[in-house]
Amino acid sequence: MSDIVAERRAALTRRSLAPYFLLLPGLTWLGVFYVWPTIQMFFISLQEGSLATGYHLTWHWQTYGDVFTKYDTQLLRSVTYGLIVTGACLLIGYPLAYFIAVRGGRWKNALLFMVILPFFVSYVIRTLSWKFVLADQGMFLGALKNAGLLPDDFRLLATPIAVLSGLTYSFLPFMALPLYASLEKLDRSLLEAAGDLYASRRKAFLKVTLPLSLPGVFAGSLLTFIPVVGDFINAQLLGSTNTTMIGNVIQRRMLVNNDYPEGAAISFILMLAILIGVLVYARLLGTEELTG
Amino acid sequence: MSQEASGRARAVAEEEAVVEPARQPRRTTRGRGWILPLYTGLVIVYLFLPIAVMILFGFNDLKGRFNFTWQGFTLRHYRELFVFRDLTVALKNSLLIAGVTTFVATALGTMIALALTRHRFRGRAPTNMFIFLPMATPEVVLGASLLSLFLTFGTARGLITILVAHVMFTISFVVVTVKARTHGFNKEWEEAAKDLGANPWVAFWKVTFPLIFPGVLAAASLAFALSIDDYVVTTFVSGPTTTFPLWVFGASRFGVPPQVNVMGTIIFVAGVLLALGTVALQRRRT
Repeated sequence: MSDIVAERRAALTRRSLAPYFLLLPGLTWLGVFYVWPTIQMFFISLQEGSLATGYHLTWHWQTYGDVFTKYDTQLLRSVTYGLIVTGACLLIGYPLAYFIAVRGGRWKNALLFMVILPFFVSYVIRTLSWKFVLADQGMFLGALKNAGLLPDDFRLLATPIAVLSGLTYSFLPFMALPLYASLEKLDRSLLEAAGDLYASRRKAFLKVTLPLSLPGVFAGSLLTFIPVVGDFINAQLLGSTNTTMIGNVIQRRMLVNNDYPEGAAISFILMLAILIGVLVYARLLGTEELTG
Repeated sequence: MSQEASGRARAVAEEEAVVEPARQPRRTTRGRGWILPLYTGLVIVYLFLPIAVMILFGFNDLKGRFNFTWQGFTLRHYRELFVFRDLTVALKNSLLIAGVTTFVATALGTMIALALTRHRFRGRAPTNMFIFLPMATPEVVLGASLLSLFLTFGTARGLITILVAHVMFTISFVVVTVKARTHGFNKEWEEAAKDLGANPWVAFWKVTFPLIFPGVLAAASLAFALSIDDYVVTTFVSGPTTTFPLWVFGASRFGVPPQVNVMGTIIFVAGVLLALGTVALQRRRT
C-alpha cells in the first residue's frame, strides 16, 4: 500500500518538475547569451578609457548624457523614420490585406504567397536590388530623364526618400501578414448585421471591420517599427551622411571606432526606449498578445 | 531584428497558407469594383520588382566590374558559379551555420513551447514575457551586447560565436511558431497512450511528436531562413569569418559580381519549390 502511495507521489513530483526540465536548456541559453550580454553591455557603458589604454569601470554615467547630446539627431531621425515607414506600410498594406482576406476567394493562398516571396531572397541582396532600381540612370529615373520629365541631376539615391522607400519595401510584408490574419478571422455575419441595420458600407467598415482588425494593426506595427528603428542596412546602402540612423552609429562606434562605452550606452538607450514604447502602445491598444 | 520579424510574419503566412477554410463564394462582393484588384496587382508587382532585377542580372553578360546596365544574355555566371573562392567559402559557412542553428534552436525552442502549452506551472506568465524580449530587442542591440560579452572575456570570434548568436535569436521564434500550432493539442491522446502501457518516451515519439510535427517543421524552416539571411547580428560576432550576407555586403562597395545574383536566384527558387512542396504534401495528407 505504502509502495503505491510512494510511487504516486514520485510520479506527481516528476510531473510537476517536467516543465522545468523542458525549459532548462533553452532558458539557460537565453540567460547566458541574451541576459548576461545585456548586463555586460550595461557595465561597459559605464567604463572609461581608450582602446590603447584599455577600458576600466569607473561608473561614468556621464556617457549617457554625452551620447544623448551627440547623437540626438540620429536618435530622433530613427524614431521619425520608424513612424513614417510604419504609417506607409499600414497605408499600403491595409487595402492589400483587406482585398486578399475578404475578396481573395480561391486565389487567397496564391496571393499571400506572392506577398511573402521577398522573404525567399536575402535581405542584403533585396536592398541592393532596390538600390539598382532607384539608380540615377536606372530603369525608372533614366527613362524619365530621357523623356525629359525629370532634370538630369535629379536623384533619389542618397536622399531620405531612398532610405524610406527601401525600408517600406522591406517591411511591407511584416505589416500585411498580421493585418491579413486579423481580417481573415473577422466574422462576416457582423458586417451583414450592420448592413441589415442600415449602416452604409463606409460606416460598417469604420464601426466593425476597422476596430476588429486592431490586433493586426498592433502586431504589424510592432513587427515593422522595432526593426526599422534599429536598421542600418538601408541607411548604409541607399542613404548618405544625412540619413544616418542610430543603428549606423552603434555599428560604427562598436566595430569601426572601437568606442565600446558609447556604443553600449546608445544600444541601451535604444533598447529601453523601444521596450517602454512597446509597453505603452500595448496599454493603449489593450492587447494580450504580449503575454499570450 | 529585421530578419527576426520576417520570421514571425512568415510563420503567420505559412499558417494561413496551410489551413485554408473552404468558404462559399460571397455573392455580395462578387464582381464589384476593379480598383482594389488592380491595386493589389500593382503592390505585388512592386514586391516582385527587386527579385526580378536580381534574377535578370544573373544572366547579364557584363564586361566591367559593375553589374548595373544590361549588356546581353549569358549563362556564363551559372557555369562559373564557384570562381570566387571566398564567396563559395562564405556560402558554405552560411549553410553550415544555418543547418546547426536549425537543429539546436528547434530542439530547445520546441521543448520550451511544449512546457508552455502542456503544463501549468509557477512562472509560466513571466516565461512567456521573457521569450518575447529577444524579439522586441533590435538586432543591432543584440549584436552589440553579444560583442560586449565576447570582448569582456576575450573570446575569439568565429564560427562558434556566430552559431551561439544565431541559436539565441531564433529560439523565441521557434517557441512562438510551435506554440501557435500546438494550441488545440489534445492531451488526452497522450494520456490514452500511457494508459495503454506506453512509457512516456514512447508516448511522446509515437503520439505527441507526430501531432506537433507540422508546427516543428514550420519552426525549423523559419529558423533556417532567419539564420541564413542574418547580417546584423552576425557582423558583430563574426570576427574574421564571413557568411554569405556579409560577403555580399562587403562586395557591394566594389561592385557585386553576378555570381551573387545567381546564388540568390538558386536560393530563391529552392526556397519557393520547397515551400510549395510542403504545402502540396500537407494538402494530400488531409
